[in-house]
Amino acid sequence: MIDPLVEAQALSIQYPVGGGLFSAPKLVRAVSDVSFAVRPGETLAIVGESGCGKSSLARLITMIEEPTGGTLTLDGQAVTPDKWADLRSTVQIVFQDPYGSLNLRHRVGTILEEPLRINRPDMTASDRQAKAREMMELVGLRPEHYDRFPHMFSGGQRQRIAIARALMLNPRVVVLDEPVSALDLSIQSQVLNLLMDLQDRLNLAYVFISHDLSVVRHVADQVIVMYLGRAVEQGSRDDVFAHPRHPYTKALLSATPSVTPRDADHQRIKLQGELPSPLNVPPGCAFAPRCWKATDMCRQTRPELDEAIHGAACHFPE
Amino acid sequence: MSDTVSTTPKRPSRLAEFWFYFRENRGAVIGLWVFAIFVALAVLADVIAPFDPIAQNRDATLLPPLWQDGGAWPHLLGTDPLGRDILSRLLHGARYSFFVGIVVVVVAATGGIVIGLVAGFAPRWLDTLIMRIMDIILSFPSLLLALVLVAVLGPSLWNAMLAIAIVLQPHYVRLTRAAVLTERSKDYVTSARVAGAGRARMMFITVLPNCLAPIIVQAALSFSNAILDVAALGFLGMGAQPPTPEWGTMLAESREFILRAWWVVTFPGLAILITVLAINLMGDGLRDALDPKLKRS
Repeated sequence: MIDPLVEAQALSIQYPVGGGLFSAPKLVRAVSDVSFAVRPGETLAIVGESGCGKSSLARLITMIEEPTGGTLTLDGQAVTPDKWADLRSTVQIVFQDPYGSLNLRHRVGTILEEPLRINRPDMTASDRQAKAREMMELVGLRPEHYDRFPHMFSGGQRQRIAIARALMLNPRVVVLDEPVSALDLSIQSQVLNLLMDLQDRLNLAYVFISHDLSVVRHVADQVIVMYLGRAVEQGSRDDVFAHPRHPYTKALLSATPSVTPRDADHQRIKLQGELPSPLNVPPGCAFAPRCWKATDMCRQTRPELDEAIHGAACHFPE
Repeated sequence: MSDTVSTTPKRPSRLAEFWFYFRENRGAVIGLWVFAIFVALAVLADVIAPFDPIAQNRDATLLPPLWQDGGAWPHLLGTDPLGRDILSRLLHGARYSFFVGIVVVVVAATGGIVIGLVAGFAPRWLDTLIMRIMDIILSFPSLLLALVLVAVLGPSLWNAMLAIAIVLQPHYVRLTRAAVLTERSKDYVTSARVAGAGRARMMFITVLPNCLAPIIVQAALSFSNAILDVAALGFLGMGAQPPTPEWGTMLAESREFILRAWWVVTFPGLAILITVLAINLMGDGLRDALDPKLKRS
């Protein structure tokens, strides 16, 4: 079996928030004990609602933040802040909002060449330009786009620019932080197809973060469902989508709109209440306040993710 | 970029693009022309000015302008109480004003931008320290602080410029820091970090160009502010010293004659007013032309 490119063991991050002169800062547990492994050519999808820690996880994998617990291994090397600079070209990221992720002051050519300028100081300007133009062709941009500014492009084209930039350093892992959720539906499919095409050609490992289950169903090999910073269900796409074990996953799946008329047995599960504050995590299962199966045990002891290939963190999994 | 595929249409140069947007603001274009004319007059003062600006002529004191009874050619705008030609003095005075404006803005903006960038990227304690110091400077009335500085350093044009640069600088610091803080949270900055950009690169290449629009407007405004403040210091006797034909000093010297000879104060005053107005109009147009959000493709 091929060695995994990205491997996370019990990865966690806590942020101190607030805290003035006289009050101690509180801790937000944005991500707790998430473990996974992604191999080349594979896509790991991370699913969850807003505030569940998806983007924090993305920032951990891309070495923007340092984890407060657990270990991250990239390409066989343990990631510590002193190795960040060397590992930068292994992992790159594409952000959700293509209107904010491109520097409006720089031309497309400059945007694309910046990673090379920083990380390959001995490359000549003409080599950089050649590489940028090659990458533009790869993502479906026209040569005349080279010296335009980002504000002259549509959202889909901008996302192509962002993808091209992420690929400039020939990374082996690309973190896609909701890469299509800011785009129109028709553009979404184009960008998704481009991403999958690139994955096949370059044998990339993707960490695909999304709240949109229909997109995830389309692209993922592995799925992690997160709730309040913890993985509540983890397994292969087919297992998770066909036989969700955790009530939260069931609820999420039932909320996905479908094109076909609803079957008689398709019942939408309506969840009550809100995501609890990550500042004040309930002692038991974080999902218990909204769960229809919750018992006193759920409210007092937190279920751990079971060790099965298709694991769920629930006292009463299906 | 000319060696690319032949289908590539030629993009207008940066300057042409700038001019295209700048031209749309009529006030700015007028401001630019007035400013350009004043600069040309200042540069050519030696050639144009009919008289030596500090040569006194006891036979022709307080002559009114040419179009009034008693005006005498070639004293187009009349003479001051010492018989010096006002037009010549104004032309030479323009040199001081523009010189002062440029030096003050360059010193204040460079210092302010660097300190603002540092504050925006610094850890919280350093940021707080810097901003509190700036607050202290801002809490003084600016002219008063400039006066105190000049009083300490000794009255001269150089010290006046230095004092005004120090007084104007906190505005740049605040503006830059505020812009940096908004920009820093944006994804493109994170993206530069993921690409491996160091702190200096992020500060000056990634973030600074995106903060420039308000800073340029502030620079244009403080250019006129600097001219005004130096004139004010000159008026109070703490700036350029007589017989330097600085506009504010000219006003101060002729204050006693306001009632008898309106032209000795009106023309320097008008010169200050028109210059300041032209620069402010121009600053507005600069913002329109430089802010990418206002651009259409």
